[in-house]
Amino acid sequence: MKQLFTISIFTENSIGLLNRVTSMFTRRHLNIESLNTSESETPGIHRYTIVINTTLSAVKKLTLQIEKQVEVIRACYHEDSETVFQEIALYKVSTKSVSEENLVEKLIRDNHARILSFQEDYMFIEKTGHKAETQELLEFLKPYGVLEFVRSGRVSVIKPTEAITE
Amino acid sequence: MEAVLTKPVTKTISTTGADAVLKSLIAEDAALVFGYPGGAIMPIYDALYNYQQEVSHVLTRHEQGAVHAAQGYARATGEVGVVFATSGPGATNLITGIADAMIDSTPLVCITGQVASHLLGSDAFQEIDIISISMPVTKWNVQVTKAEDLPKAIAKAFYIAKSGRPGPVLIDITKDAQFGAVDFCYEKCEGFRSYKPVPRLELTQVKKAAEMINNAQRPFVLFGQGVLLAGAEKEFKTFIEKTGIPAAWTLLGLSALPTAHPLNVGMLGMHGNYAPNILTNECDVLIAIGMRFDDRVTGDLAQYAKQAKVIHLDIDPSEINKNVAVDVPVLGDCRESLEQLTTQVHMNSHPIWLERFQELAAIENEQVIAPELAPASADLKMGEVINQINQITEGNAILVTDVGQHQMVACRYTQFNQSKTNITSGGLGTMGFCLPAALGAKLGAPDKEVIAVIGDGGFQMCIQELGTIFQTRAAVKIVILNNSFLGMVRQWQELFFDKRYSSTELENPDFIKIAEGYSIKGKSITERADLAEAVKEMLDHEGSYLLEVHVGKEDNVFPMVPTGSSVADIRLS
Repeated sequence: MKQLFTISIFTENSIGLLNRVTSMFTRRHLNIESLNTSESETPGIHRYTIVINTTLSAVKKLTLQIEKQVEVIRACYHEDSETVFQEIALYKVSTKSVSEENLVEKLIRDNHARILSFQEDYMFIEKTGHKAETQELLEFLKPYGVLEFVRSGRVSVIKPTEAITE
Repeated sequence: MEAVLTKPVTKTISTTGADAVLKSLIAEDAALVFGYPGGAIMPIYDALYNYQQEVSHVLTRHEQGAVHAAQGYARATGEVGVVFATSGPGATNLITGIADAMIDSTPLVCITGQVASHLLGSDAFQEIDIISISMPVTKWNVQVTKAEDLPKAIAKAFYIAKSGRPGPVLIDITKDAQFGAVDFCYEKCEGFRSYKPVPRLELTQVKKAAEMINNAQRPFVLFGQGVLLAGAEKEFKTFIEKTGIPAAWTLLGLSALPTAHPLNVGMLGMHGNYAPNILTNECDVLIAIGMRFDDRVTGDLAQYAKQAKVIHLDIDPSEINKNVAVDVPVLGDCRESLEQLTTQVHMNSHPIWLERFQELAAIENEQVIAPELAPASADLKMGEVINQINQITEGNAILVTDVGQHQMVACRYTQFNQSKTNITSGGLGTMGFCLPAALGAKLGAPDKEVIAVIGDGGFQMCIQELGTIFQTRAAVKIVILNNSFLGMVRQWQELFFDKRYSSTELENPDFIKIAEGYSIKGKSITERADLAEAVKEMLDHEGSYLLEVHVGKEDNVFPMVPTGSSVADIRLS
């Protein structure tokens, strides 16, 4: 049975390594749902967070193959219940349509969203949450015209207190 | 208190990047390089000119020839094979060989030239992104754009190529890095944090494995190249002799145990022997040592050894449970694992179980082997040619094979007494591998007889390397088993595609005349009466020699496990 897994990969910061890691997915005909990379709490060690919808057996094998790559320090996978995760979404909407309906306050309060910038023509809203939550706000705003929308890759930390980078 | 120096002071020498490459190779004892020059690697070739005493270079006739020769060298010697090629097409021509080395765990360091760094990404002449292209087929690769980074990159490359599960690495060096200045100082790499080549052996796992083996009634060992790569031939032999367990080999495990050993029960897989395939599905404990359950070995996984408990000794954690579910994994270098395991297993023997192997071997002998080695047909059979070679070499030659029918027959019938004497393209199945690999093997092991057994199809895939054999005077003995067909494909067409021989028949040139053009002596035979003398003449001849043997055009290789079938459904005809 397929389900969502978050794969966390700790790596050296070297050119082309992301390509090497993603090619492990390509080769197995696995699609990446989302991907984020950033430096971890340890300087010089980068952390990739990759979300994938696949079977437990496939993610186990994939993670071992990724960990085998030279310059990958560690790779592990977790189910959603084992991690705390967030995504960030940015929405660009017409100031006129939103303010005409007097929606701004409701929007902010009901959605725990915030306004990043307010221009005469456009406003920029930010919301952080799980995909379903940022999607909900998107659906809410659609009737008023969403000019641009972007959602980041998932960032996630693991719940158990295991030290993931030693 | 006096100051104590913990490390000797290494003197640095100001030089160029290209010179640093050569100095680094010398520091790694890489005395032989296979390659082909071109624009972007010219500074390195120019530096090479200064080191002709220390580093020999073999100019192949194609970059694919260079990389296969380096593979042959690595497989015969256990050392790292080194390859030079230029940018663009030079680099892309290496890819097949690199992929072959990757899947067959062969240590290579490939050095490619690259356009100057200011031209990267500009579609410059002979610019290709070889880093991205080679990524899925290298164990590690890196592009170096500064001369100062070269010694460290090369040290890392050699370390990665040969440690743990070996594999090919590629270093792409821009032309400006080759010309650039570097204060040369070389330190061999001894490890770094993001690479753990050998997992720590867990003694609790060894204990579990030993208990399972001690309680087994019908234990069966499958061994692969891991035994050779670990240099564990002796430990392996001690282990099976103490436990009395029959052992069968994968294509790449061949030569790790002498073929005449009483516990050697033959070859696994698609064209392997009858007994080990059938009895895979009757054993109670399956002990896999340094092998990876390739689909050509297992046939249909859903019907593979389901009755057995599985113990898997391997150095690569990602191999455990990859294809076959394992009950007791034993991670580690198999020399150490086997040493530990042998101390904990009981002295044992399994005469009734071994008898089962002998019974089935007798059936195969009667129906397949005897008719192959002493045929009633007028046409020569591939097996009898191999058998004739055995009569003289007595299992002490290096056998290099290509891919196809001749490969299966040669590996099935050749006798082996010494380890690292079987060189073939197993995982990738690369036609064209044999001729250059045999050249590399001969240069690596000049005191050994090297026999390249090759089909008429594969011979023509790297036929240009006859030029390199000629120029190096390497005394490679070439045996073409010529059936004027791409024989294995034809066999499948016969068995599974209603004999529709689509594009498999070859109209071949006069191979002896071609060899003559390269001053390689040759002979072509068709008659059985001429076989013994022709083989003797070839092996007695001092230099390289080409023996073409016309064999039955439509002979098939049996036994055979058809694709998708269970190993127990192996066919004898």
